[in-house]
Amino acid sequence: MKKPLDIKVAVREAQGDCSIVDLAGEIDVYTSPRVKDAIGELIDRGVYHLVINLEKVRYIDSTGLGVLIGGLKRVREHGGSVNLVCTNPQIKKIFDITGLVKIFGIYETEDAAMKALV
Amino acid sequence: MNQPLSDAESFDVVELRVPCKAEWVALARLSVAAVASRLNFSIDEIEDIKIAVAEACTNAIQHAKECAYIQVKCEAIPGGLRIGVRDYGRGTRPDAIRSRDLDEERVGGLGVFLIRSLMDDVHYDVHPDEGTNLVMVKKLLN
Repeated sequence: MKKPLDIKVAVREAQGDCSIVDLAGEIDVYTSPRVKDAIGELIDRGVYHLVINLEKVRYIDSTGLGVLIGGLKRVREHGGSVNLVCTNPQIKKIFDITGLVKIFGIYETEDAAMKALV
Repeated sequence: MNQPLSDAESFDVVELRVPCKAEWVALARLSVAAVASRLNFSIDEIEDIKIAVAEACTNAIQHAKECAYIQVKCEAIPGGLRIGVRDYGRGTRPDAIRSRDLDEERVGGLGVFLIRSLMDDVHYDVHPDEGTNLVMVKKLLN
């Protein structure tokens, strides 16, 4: 029997070719394919500017980071960008120690992340 | 009759065996978090331990697909917690297990890098054809 996924993914359209992806729950080896699919579907539809809101994410590990890096690489091929919204110190710490703060724009509010999209 | 414990085995031990499948990783990390909480680790330290355990289990799932289960052993050693995450795959040469270069925008090696960053001591016991035991220690600061 399939175990329930402890991750919720919701996509909101924003102005222009931007979308906001709201994630809630835990992103690990079991749940990250769900996130990867959602981001991949947006990119396949031609949405290359993404704000990914991690405010309701309680946990992320390297598989979740890998999905975000993969999404960023794909949108960059089309001149796009990915900005993150994150205030949880534990989640920010993971971006800090892996050096990913240097490749993602990380903002405290959705407005700031939207305004900073390339 | 129970055998007497040797000195090396006289710590309180909690062992868990979980299927070598992605859906069970959350159970492994939450179980170890409960042990760490019992030993008075701080919330931040428990979060570090959760990530390290999940990364170790994820590695086992990805590199020891042929094994049926992962064994997680927690030992309440003086001044800290020692955690062993053991798979029963073919085993990986220790020199093949490496962290990533932080300047690279790639995923491989991130898990090992996180484990080494978040835990105080990390080593691998590799048993050719019998699997790999990743042993990590988190020291109690207070």
